[in-house]
Amino acid sequence: MHEMALAESVIQIVEATARRNAAVAVRAVWLEIGRLSHVEPEALRFAFDVVKRNGLAHGARLEIVATDGAAWCMKCSRTVALARLGDACPSCGSYQLQVSAGDEMRVKEIEID
Amino acid sequence: MCTTCGCGKGEARIEGAHEDAHADGTVHGHPHDHAAPHAHGHGSGHHDHQHGHVHEHRHAEGVVHSHPHDHSDAHGHGHGHGHHDHGHDDLHFGRGPAGAHAPGLSQARIVQIEQDILGKNDALAADNRRRFAERGIFAVNLVSSPGSGKTTLLVRTIEGLKGRYEVVVIEGDQETSHDADRIRATGSKALQVNTGKGCHLDADMVGKAVERLAPPAGSVLMIENVGNLVCPAGFDLGEAHKVVVLSVTEGEDKPLKYPDMFRRSSLMLLNKVDLLPHVEFDVAKCVESARRVNPAIRVIEVSATKGQGMADWLAWVEQGVAAASAARTESVHALRARLAELEEQVAALKSRLCG
Repeated sequence: MHEMALAESVIQIVEATARRNAAVAVRAVWLEIGRLSHVEPEALRFAFDVVKRNGLAHGARLEIVATDGAAWCMKCSRTVALARLGDACPSCGSYQLQVSAGDEMRVKEIEID
Repeated sequence: MCTTCGCGKGEARIEGAHEDAHADGTVHGHPHDHAAPHAHGHGSGHHDHQHGHVHEHRHAEGVVHSHPHDHSDAHGHGHGHGHHDHGHDDLHFGRGPAGAHAPGLSQARIVQIEQDILGKNDALAADNRRRFAERGIFAVNLVSSPGSGKTTLLVRTIEGLKGRYEVVVIEGDQETSHDADRIRATGSKALQVNTGKGCHLDADMVGKAVERLAPPAGSVLMIENVGNLVCPAGFDLGEAHKVVVLSVTEGEDKPLKYPDMFRRSSLMLLNKVDLLPHVEFDVAKCVESARRVNPAIRVIEVSATKGQGMADWLAWVEQGVAAASAARTESVHALRARLAELEEQVAALKSRLCG
């Protein structure tokens, strides 16, 4: 359940930003979570609902934007789509892949009052 | 972690300074139940609190012991226990979000943040990494499932490096100091970090443990993470390498089941290979699985108990120590050069002032 630790980090970032902007409440939080990241979105939602209570974001809605995975294929010498870690290159079948996108976990923006 | 309000993520605690305290057995944890929330002053009873934190007490005779406290608001106020009276440096891991309700109305606005969720941990890990580099310490983050033989492997590693390198160990477990006790039995310095309900070590815990352990320059720091192939993957501790230990009594497809961990590890130690004749485990298939998620991963087959492959593993560690020392020597040279340059400038300025 590292999602709990991640949700706490999200709340810290969100509340610090909200306070800096003199917000009275946070309406929504947008996260960008890569499909190759080690996060289970549903577990993160559950954890977020737990940690948001009693703070500026207690009524905040969580929006998770999933970003697609991509990798650099050394055989093809180009970037290819990667649905899951451990999958082969969809065009040449090689596993000589270097993940180049889709493992990010970011707080994108918040909507505040 | 309080599932009502989310305050506190567990009762993480770091052992007290046991090196001096162990002689008379004066390191002890006192679980306390407090009938009040830690942050006083907000209305009582509106939600349940559970605060995990450690109070460290330094007594006149130099004995240090820590008290994990559990607070539960469910009992109501009026406990009268002045835990702040101790006035010692507390270790708090996982403070919950601040409860601040500000009334008023204003227009909704969008604020761009674009910040990594693990940014704070990554920054603390970078601090740790810089400290290790300054002292030429080779830090390894050992990760695996529970029961893969990490602690036995560590004990044998310490024995194998004895007389050449000092090995200092941070032991991460949810509870007990059994593993640190096993390490200390070898004569090495070890510190237990109990993560309480936490499922991984983070950079903050390691930074605090390192402060207490003070590994000497040129030493090896082995960080035995909580036995868990999922959560520790994302938390950089400032190590030079993650090393994943997989034993042949586990499934050979584990690298595919837990790809994050194998993707982030530089080396896979395939442990308990002495048991291969007795188990169904295809080494080639396992290595292939690991390379599917991490084409660059190195694999060393070892048996910590029988000694097979240990020489290769120890050679890998020695290479790491050599690289850490070389980098440190370089930075020391660079600093000396910079110092000489600055001294020259100061001398020039002084002569101009005097002239």
